[in-house]
Amino acid sequence: MLEARHITKQFSGHLALKDVDIEVPAGSVFGLLGPNGAGKTTLIRIINRITAPDKGELFLNGHPLSQDDVLKIGYLPEERGLYKKMKVGEQAVYLAQLKGMNKTDANKRLKEWFEKFDILPWWNRKVEELSKGMQQKIQFIVTVMHRPQLLIFDEPFSGFDPINVNLLKDEILNLRDQGATVIFSTHNMASVEELCDHIALIDHAEKILDGKVADIKEAFKENVWEVVYMSSVTPIEKVIPRDFSVIRSIAVNGHTQTRIALPKGASPNQLLKWVIAEFEVTGFTEVLPTMNDIFISQVNRKKNRHE
Amino acid sequence: MNKISIIIKREYLSRVRKKSFIIMTLLGPVLMASIWVIPLYLASLSDEKKTIEVVDETGIFAPKFKNTKEFTFVPVEVDIQTAKSNFYLSGDYALLYIPQTQLSLPTTGTLYSKHQPSLDVKSYIREVMKKEVERMKLEASGLQPDLLKSIKTGIKINTIKIDDKGNEEKSFTEISMVLGIFSGIIIYMFIFMFAAQVMRGVIEEKTSRIVEIIVSSVRPFQLMMGKIIGVALVGLTQFLLWVFLTLVIVTGFQLSFAGGETLTGQEKLYVESSKLYNEDQLSEFSEKLNQEDDLNIQLLEAVRSVNYAEMIGAFLFFFLAGYLLYAALFAAIGSAVDSEADTQQFMLPITIPLILSLVMSQYIITNPDGPVAFWLSMIPFTSPVIMMMRIPFGVPYYQLIASMAILILAFLGATWLAGKIYRTGILMYGKKVSYREIWKWLKYN
Repeated sequence: MLEARHITKQFSGHLALKDVDIEVPAGSVFGLLGPNGAGKTTLIRIINRITAPDKGELFLNGHPLSQDDVLKIGYLPEERGLYKKMKVGEQAVYLAQLKGMNKTDANKRLKEWFEKFDILPWWNRKVEELSKGMQQKIQFIVTVMHRPQLLIFDEPFSGFDPINVNLLKDEILNLRDQGATVIFSTHNMASVEELCDHIALIDHAEKILDGKVADIKEAFKENVWEVVYMSSVTPIEKVIPRDFSVIRSIAVNGHTQTRIALPKGASPNQLLKWVIAEFEVTGFTEVLPTMNDIFISQVNRKKNRHE
Repeated sequence: MNKISIIIKREYLSRVRKKSFIIMTLLGPVLMASIWVIPLYLASLSDEKKTIEVVDETGIFAPKFKNTKEFTFVPVEVDIQTAKSNFYLSGDYALLYIPQTQLSLPTTGTLYSKHQPSLDVKSYIREVMKKEVERMKLEASGLQPDLLKSIKTGIKINTIKIDDKGNEEKSFTEISMVLGIFSGIIIYMFIFMFAAQVMRGVIEEKTSRIVEIIVSSVRPFQLMMGKIIGVALVGLTQFLLWVFLTLVIVTGFQLSFAGGETLTGQEKLYVESSKLYNEDQLSEFSEKLNQEDDLNIQLLEAVRSVNYAEMIGAFLFFFLAGYLLYAALFAAIGSAVDSEADTQQFMLPITIPLILSLVMSQYIITNPDGPVAFWLSMIPFTSPVIMMMRIPFGVPYYQLIASMAILILAFLGATWLAGKIYRTGILMYGKKVSYREIWKWLKYN
């Protein structure tokens, strides 16, 4: 769907992006992750043709990205707002027209969205009279109303209350199901776990990790297993060898959940055999790293390498 | 292209629908019309004559004071102390006291009044006394006053411009001065007012954070140009409405109030204002009436001699081009700052030439063809105001064209430059920007 090749961008004094490649598959929800100041927003602005890269190319559906393609993109920036003195409906129609829609279509489709989000009664009010939550709903609507193939959300959930966050998440997944591709920039890892199937991690202007979420987790798993058993007076350390280390152990309602890191090459079957011999086992699963863990470990690793 | 027109439409409509625009549009013509109408109205009020009491101990001058339209002179035959105490009780305007002198001819008078006396009355009294004393001196020296009268000659200089083709045209310096200053001030006001509106619009978009949403649909340059053009149309709308409404008010006033007078309000104004420039004529009271008629004819001729088509055409051009130049720069400033308070350091160097050209106005109109006027009307930052001041005096076409061409080039350059600053500036939030920083932005892709 979208490919960025060797994107480099230099600002006075610092390098914002250094030879970044990303590939966003069609129909995916693509997470663009990274700490503050890593270069995510710059990359997004380059995709939206707001900023021009110093080097590198962008392709949309295999063709070099052109100015007309911005009509196929819907972008919700992190720094977003509306004309405060302008009427809500009029303003939404104006923004729709700038995205190439004609007035009648824009009116019709906007009214449907307003209905859906319960803000139709505010159509003729000025933006400054609206609550922040309502303004954000309008910003979301104007991002998606022209049915873009590619949706880009930069920190979409910041400032939303939990109910609206869920509403938005549902709509984002809905749009993906209807065929849109979504790029999603955030450092809220919980929503990444929930929504994204692909990610790229950018730190200090460089991409340090990318791929399918499942593959990445697979690659970063460390042979940690969680065993759940009926609590007993015997400590679990008694039944397993020294090199099987217990990471943590919690007892809840008579069940003990224990995470054990296995040494390299050790088989989980062996572990299970030892545990089953002594305890009443009710659960046994592999523990995959969270995106949060991977994020932190990767960013720190890079930092240590730099130092 | 289509997108620019959508932006222009929004910028235009959102401004002309504002209450402040409507109020300004209605108030402007009322103010302008009042400049014409109030003097007319006041002139019609001041029919009431003011009485000036004269205590002339010399007995020479009292009969010489002739009553004028405004003043009646009443000789009083009492001593000054009594006259003074009587004067305070009376409703009279002033008390003139000319004391007796022993050795020399009397050359001083004292004017007592309850309010600051007008310059007119002072100069009239001075003139009458001077003439009388001069006459007496002449007689004493043995010269006949009649002889002097026949020697005294009124010289009138008719100024006639000859253009390249040898066509002759009467020129009227005073009218040109008034028109020059007036149009210079108006163009300065318009450029400043509307360029500042562009800047405020840019700052509004930046602080409300809508700008990034918009530039994801249109190029920053389109947004900037759309705003500049939209505001320009607002300016033109306001200007044309002002001209139209002012004419309506002035005409309406004349029809209802001034009735059958031959002079229009405007021409009357020139009569009034020309008095300032013709104080010599004013003092010669006996000749004044004749001259006033003559003056009126001259003024009518003068008012008609102004090439209004050229004036309005030039005004529209210099307003638009000057505005485009300044609006582009103001847009760049707006994009670089976070609030209006931060604009000062960038505004100053850009507005100084504009203010300077207004400060220079007095000098320009007294020497409209001098080198200073010439160069200032070539420099694009000052040329809109200075050129408008020069045009009523007549500017050679090659200069006019050169000035216009330079101005067009300047605004194209400024727009290009501003576009580069704007593009980077609008996305810089919460950063104090310096000139060095802006210089770097110019080099970004």
